[in-house]
Amino acid sequence: MARSIKKGPYVEECLYRKVEAMNKSGRKAPIKTWSRRSMIVPEFVGHTFAIHNGKQHLPIFITENMVGHRLGEFAPTRTFRRHGNTTDRVTK
Amino acid sequence: MPRLLGVDIPGNKRIETSLLYIHGIGPTRAKEILKETKIDPGKKADDLTADEIRMIIEVVQEKYNVEGDLRREVSQNIRRLISIGSYRGTRHRRGLPVRGQRTKTNARTRKGGKHTVGAVRDKAARAAARK
Repeated sequence: MARSIKKGPYVEECLYRKVEAMNKSGRKAPIKTWSRRSMIVPEFVGHTFAIHNGKQHLPIFITENMVGHRLGEFAPTRTFRRHGNTTDRVTK
Repeated sequence: MPRLLGVDIPGNKRIETSLLYIHGIGPTRAKEILKETKIDPGKKADDLTADEIRMIIEVVQEKYNVEGDLRREVSQNIRRLISIGSYRGTRHRRGLPVRGQRTKTNARTRKGGKHTVGAVRDKAARAAARK
């Protein structure tokens, strides 16, 4: 079920403050965040976020098209190592 | 066989049903259209007067996105998901289910027919398979 529009988009409070501060000062630097659940709001466009994928922070540049999606959608948490083709190391 | 909105040629069925042959019109929309144009849903598509056909076309064009336009919109949405590098986009690109369904079994609609991908134990066979 979708989130009620009445509530507005969910953005982690501290993350939003950080972006606001950077927008004011005009400074740009990657923002390290664990908050994958935060929605991308228009203020985020043009910033780079280092989004945690459970292991590392992946740098993702936010474009206009990404507004309305969540940060986590851009940092995959799983790596797929192909089926079949067992590596030489494994079979030894 | 009346022509409606370009290429659609619904057959000798009740219009209620023959409207469903238009991509983007389902049972609900078909009923809505007929209600608005005040056409009897049980009337055969062949028996429609030119005037009735015109009314239907008018309503559809005004209210709904159908056929080519609809298809274009859908594929554009998918292209957007792919281009922004979102998770849903990569699922589309790989032809896997997009909405979190299991893929250990089933998911045949997205994945297509079965193809075995077991591990190849023998080194020589593996080298041959890679080629």
